[in-house]
Amino acid sequence: MATVTTHPYFKVESVAGHTDVPHAEKERLIGQVFADPRMPSYLYGCYECGICVAACPSARFYDFSPRRIAQAAARHDVELLFQQLEEDVWECSQCFSCLRCPRGNNPGGIITIMREVAVTNGLRSAKVALEGYSRIIYKIMSTGTQVSPDMLQPDAFPDWGPEVKDVSENLSLWRRALPPETHHTTSTGWDVAESTILELYVIWMETGALDMIKEVDSGIHMILEEIMEERLEEEGIEL
Amino acid sequence: MSDAVGVILSKKRSFERTPDRRSADFHEELFALEAAGELIVQRVTGDYVNVSTKYGLPKKIQKGHLWHHKSCGQCGHIPGYSTSIFWIMRKLGYDYSDPRDQTSCTAWNYYASATSNQAAQAAVALRNFAAANETGYFPLIHCGTSYGHYKEVRSELLHSADLRAQVRKVLGKLGKEMVIPEEIVHYSEWLYAMKDEIASARILDLSGVAVTVHPACHYYKLVEGDAIYDPDVYHGQRTAAVSGLVQALGADLRSYSTFFDCCGFGFRHILVQRDFTRSFATLRKIEVMKAEADPDVVLTHDTGCVTALDKSQFATQAHDRNVGVPVMSEAQFAAISMGAHPFKVAQLHWHSTNYRPLLEKMGIDWEAAWADFQKDLKKLEANEQQYLTWADVGV
Ligand code: SF4
Ligand code: SF4
Repeated sequence: MATVTTHPYFKVESVAGHTDVPHAEKERLIGQVFADPRMPSYLYGCYECGICVAACPSARFYDFSPRRIAQAAARHDVELLFQQLEEDVWECSQCFSCLRCPRGNNPGGIITIMREVAVTNGLRSAKVALEGYSRIIYKIMSTGTQVSPDMLQPDAFPDWGPEVKDVSENLSLWRRALPPETHHTTSTGWDVAESTILELYVIWMETGALDMIKEVDSGIHMILEEIMEERLEEEGIEL
Repeated sequence: MSDAVGVILSKKRSFERTPDRRSADFHEELFALEAAGELIVQRVTGDYVNVSTKYGLPKKIQKGHLWHHKSCGQCGHIPGYSTSIFWIMRKLGYDYSDPRDQTSCTAWNYYASATSNQAAQAAVALRNFAAANETGYFPLIHCGTSYGHYKEVRSELLHSADLRAQVRKVLGKLGKEMVIPEEIVHYSEWLYAMKDEIASARILDLSGVAVTVHPACHYYKLVEGDAIYDPDVYHGQRTAAVSGLVQALGADLRSYSTFFDCCGFGFRHILVQRDFTRSFATLRKIEVMKAEADPDVVLTHDTGCVTALDKSQFATQAHDRNVGVPVMSEAQFAAISMGAHPFKVAQLHWHSTNYRPLLEKMGIDWEAAWADFQKDLKKLEANEQQYLTWADVGV
């Protein structure tokens, strides 16, 4: 059986899970990637040396390679970049080990930008990758801390050992047994001032970050928008 | 060993800093923008220690009067981590602020889901910096990811007038000024800078404790020039954060071949695709450490790394893999060695790996310590006191 197609980095249709779109649409999406102001300092061509792959954790366990992405970007291969947008970018661990690149590239950074484009445009890959993740988006955007003590539930982390159950059963008592005054919370990492959270809402709304999630999770977007607008209105803060 | 090999090895041992590899000193741009009235630079004040970064540029680490930029994952799931940082500072007699006017850097979410953008990330960072500046305390960043992300944000702001304009507009709505601190400092840099004071306060003998260190990717790979290196630590070829402190504490620092590998945290993966995290953390890190260095403890300096390396071992053990070594931050390890209580301060009961053999090796009767902690919990349960206080832990 042939192991390569005419294009060695293209996944054949039977393997690739996404639906194809017209070339013009791919041009539009990849155009957004290259329009990001960070892109010129993330890509300087590519030696195709594979040093980034040697350092990459995701390359060891997935059919994934930062070199393939940097190379496709350096060649401005719109067809391949689109496939990577739909198939590859969510495998990356965002560890930035690939900054070892001797060419000065930042493949992990290119991937961050590609992910943003996948999210803003509600691409299938973003929806699949963020399935089960929405509660985290809700937590960080609404409370200003990403993970809270009460998320440590045995049914959510059955693979983390029996200590998770101990923590969840004793949670409020064990939180009271923490000397730092800001640590007695259970639903946020620490006690964030109400005025600080309102300032964060202003940031999400003013920078368009809140609207980014509209296409990937309209439900969470609606709830968050309602909470933020209501709280800001109560405080008389106008945007 | 042949002569040729000897020559190669001797060259490797003396690492010369080469000026042409030196990354530009961001301070020049920072102060130029300040002079142009574009932003305020919060200066290092009072006593500080000069440390050396990767290409030899000095970095000032302020000793006291610090504003603790906390970490979601530490405060939420590894609370002995942040508690130990505060405890060491109190023990050494340095004042600090533990603010409520602080949000997460939100970068864990950004690297996991990309549901944010460059301007939002920069605005979150600068809102926190402005809040610190308003108090007069100098920021100290607890999380490796916050630290790395903020260094990136600083670089983006210094090089982009457009981004500065966007962020200035948002900060204007909040009535906040545009502030960037003179240095962005990670707590592990503070521990490194203070290592002699910490070592003088050590009361436990650590010479028999074998330690491996996992250097956190976001600490030294993001904006690589601005991370601490020291010719006396791995010949200046690995970051000296954590390892420098371990050496100063007199513990048995041991090397292993996959030190450059990440921990497998993955940001998104740790939450919704943990089979990857677990495989990487155990097969590429813990098993290699066990086989090559047989450590009594793995120390690291970031929220995600402690989580990935600690929590991944339970399920892997079920497959009879060569795992089973406690994981914690060097802050917890240092605090314990200075006499901090393993449960009231280091809060080891929040960890998954078995830390008891380590405590025994450090000369601690963990059963007595646990019983002592239970007594305090009883008092809290009976509402004799509402919270455990700093006075209860001797600082
Ligand atoms: S940032 Fe992504 S592509 Fe780069 S080394 Fe890490 S996992 Fe691989
Ligand atoms: S991105 Fe850099 S490290 Fe990776 S293959 Fe290209 S030149 Fe080599």
